[in-house]
Amino acid sequence: MRHEGKLARVGPEGVVPRRRAQGGDDQTCTSYYGLPVINQPVWSARDVAGYLFLGGLAGASALVGAGAHVTERPRLARSAKLGAAGAAALSMLALVHDLGRPARALHMLRVVKPTSPMNVGSWLLAAFGPATAVAAASDVTGVSPVLGDAATVCAAVLGPAVAAYTAALISNTAVPSWHEGRREMPFVFVASGASAAAGVGLVLAPAGELAPVRRLAAVAGPTEIVLTKLMARKMGLAGEPYRTGRAGATLRIAEVCTLLGAGGALFARTRRAVALGSGLALLAGSALERFAIFYAGLHSAQDPRYSVLPQRERLSRPPDGTSR
Amino acid sequence: MTRSARIFSNGQAVAAASGYDGAPPRVGFFTDTSVCIGCKACEVACKEWNRIPEDGLTFTAMSYDNTQGLGADSWRHVAFVEQVREGAPGDLAGAGRVRWLMSSDVCKHCTEAACLDVCPTGAILRTEFGTVVVQEDVCNGCGYCVPACPFGVIDQRKEDGRAWKCTLCYDRLGAGHEPACAGACPTESIQFGPLDELRERADRRLAALHGAGMVDARLYGRDPDDGVGGGGAFFLLLDDPEVYGLPPDPVVTTRDLPQMWLHAGIAAVALAVTVAGVFVGGHHAP
Ligand code: SF4
Ligand code: SF4
Repeated sequence: MRHEGKLARVGPEGVVPRRRAQGGDDQTCTSYYGLPVINQPVWSARDVAGYLFLGGLAGASALVGAGAHVTERPRLARSAKLGAAGAAALSMLALVHDLGRPARALHMLRVVKPTSPMNVGSWLLAAFGPATAVAAASDVTGVSPVLGDAATVCAAVLGPAVAAYTAALISNTAVPSWHEGRREMPFVFVASGASAAAGVGLVLAPAGELAPVRRLAAVAGPTEIVLTKLMARKMGLAGEPYRTGRAGATLRIAEVCTLLGAGGALFARTRRAVALGSGLALLAGSALERFAIFYAGLHSAQDPRYSVLPQRERLSRPPDGTSR
Repeated sequence: MTRSARIFSNGQAVAAASGYDGAPPRVGFFTDTSVCIGCKACEVACKEWNRIPEDGLTFTAMSYDNTQGLGADSWRHVAFVEQVREGAPGDLAGAGRVRWLMSSDVCKHCTEAACLDVCPTGAILRTEFGTVVVQEDVCNGCGYCVPACPFGVIDQRKEDGRAWKCTLCYDRLGAGHEPACAGACPTESIQFGPLDELRERADRRLAALHGAGMVDARLYGRDPDDGVGGGGAFFLLLDDPEVYGLPPDPVVTTRDLPQMWLHAGIAAVALAVTVAGVFVGGHHAP
C-alpha cells in the first residue's frame, strides 16, 4: 500500500523538515520528507516487464516468420510463427491480468486515441494477435494456405510497430529513467525484440535453416547492449539507476546472457546443442533487459532527486527554448 | 487551431477545445498558502462529501502530516513544513525561530493534463467547466495515468482497481455549489471561482505580499506558459515548490510524444529492414 511504501522512506529522520538528500556529483536536493514527487507505477514487474519482452519477441518473430516463409525455410517459418502467436497470446494475457478491472479489458477499444500509446498498442494487438494465430494455425494444420499467407503478411507488417510502440508507452510518463530515454528507447526495444526472435529461431528450428537468425543474433545482440549503454549515458542523472542497484545488476546479467547468445550463435551452424544454448541465452538476455529497464524506472520514481534536480537545472538555464 | 495543436495542447479555452458549445467559464482553485492554518478542514470535507474510504491511520512523525501525499484516497493533502531559520530572532529553545509552512495540495486540473492524454479508455475527460474528471464506470484500472501525472496526484485504489483523484466536486459544480474543500476552508486559503478572476486576485495578493516584504512569495501553476499550460488549480507558495513536495518545473509528458512516435516509427522501419537484410543477405549462401 501507498502508505507503507511512503513511510518506509521517511524513517527516523521524518522530523527533519527539509531533508537534504545527497545526489550524484554532490548535488543536494530539497524534498518533502524525502517522499517521491510522482506516484509510483502500479504495474507489476512480471506482467508489464514481461509484456515488454513478449511483445518485442512476438513482433520481431512475425517478421522472421514472413522472411523464412518467403525464402522457403519452412521449419524456421513455422518456429517463428508459433513463437509470434504464443508470445502475442501470452502478452495479451499479461496485459489483461495487470488491469485493476480485467473484466473491462475491452474498454481499451472504446476510443481511438493517438495521445495514448497504450490505446494505440491495444488496437495494434487486436489486429496483430489474431493475425499471428491464423498464420501459425494455417502453417501447422495446412488449412487455407491463402488465408495463412495473408495473415503472415499482416503480422509482418504490424510486427515492427508492436515491437517498437512499447518504448513510447513507458517513455510517455513522468518516470525520469523512462522519459529521459525516449529518443533511444525504441531502438533498444526493437534490438531486444530482434535478439529474442533470433533466440526463438535458434531454439526451435533445425540447423539447416538457421543462417538468417544466426546473423540476426550477431547484429541485434550487440546493438541492444551498445544502445542501452548509450541511452543511459545520454540521460544524465536519470541514467544513474541503470548503473546501480537492482536495475544495474539485472542489466549486467542481461548483457552477459546476450553476449554469450550472440557469440554462441556464430558457432551454431552444425551443433544443435550450441544453437539451443545460444537461443536460450538470447531469450534470457532480452527478458532481463526489459526487467532492468522496468526496475530503473521504479528506482527513479521512488527518489525525489531524479524528478527535482533535472527540473531545477532546467530552470537555472537561460530560457532559449531548446531542449536536448 | 490545427488538429495536432488541439490534440497536444488544448490551449486555455479547454472546454471549447474539447467540443463543448457555450461552455461556462473555466473554474479552478487558487490556494493561498500564506493564510493556511493547517486545520485540515479541506481534507475532512473532501473525504466526507466524496465518500472516500479510510486509508490508514499511521503516525509518520512528519510534523502534523499523517496523510503524506495525494493519492486514490486523499484528494486534498495539507503539507506541514517546520523550518528552523538561522539568524531569525528567537529564544526559548529556538521556538521563535521556527517558521511553519502549511499548504493544501490538490489535483492541478492541468490545461495540458498528462493523465487525460494517456488514458487509453477515454475514462478521463475534460468537463464543461474545464476540469479533469475520471469516469469510474469506464476506468479499467490500467494504471497508465498514475506515473503520467507529473505531480503525483492520481493513484489506483487497490481494493477496487480503479484510478481516483479530485473531481473538483463535479457533482456540486453541476448543482451550482462550490467544491466541499473551498466551502470548508475557514481562512479562504482555498478560493474557488472562474480561473480568470482567480488569476487576477492572485496577482494582487502576490503584489501585496511582496510589498509587505515577503519576497519569497511566488505563484505556482498560475502561468499559462508553463510545462502543463498552467493549472486550473494553482498556488501561492512561500518557498521553493520542492519544499512542499511539488515538482519545480513539471512538463506534461505528451509534449514529447510526437518525437517518441517519430523515433518509434524509425525504429520499427529499422527492424523491418534489418530482418529483411538477414534473409536477403543469405539467400544465395544459406
Ligand atoms: S495534476 Fe495530475 S491528475 Fe491532476 S489533471 Fe494534472 S496530470 Fe491529471
Ligand atoms: S487507470 Fe483508468 S483513468 Fe487511469 S489511464 Fe487507465 S483507464 Fe484511464
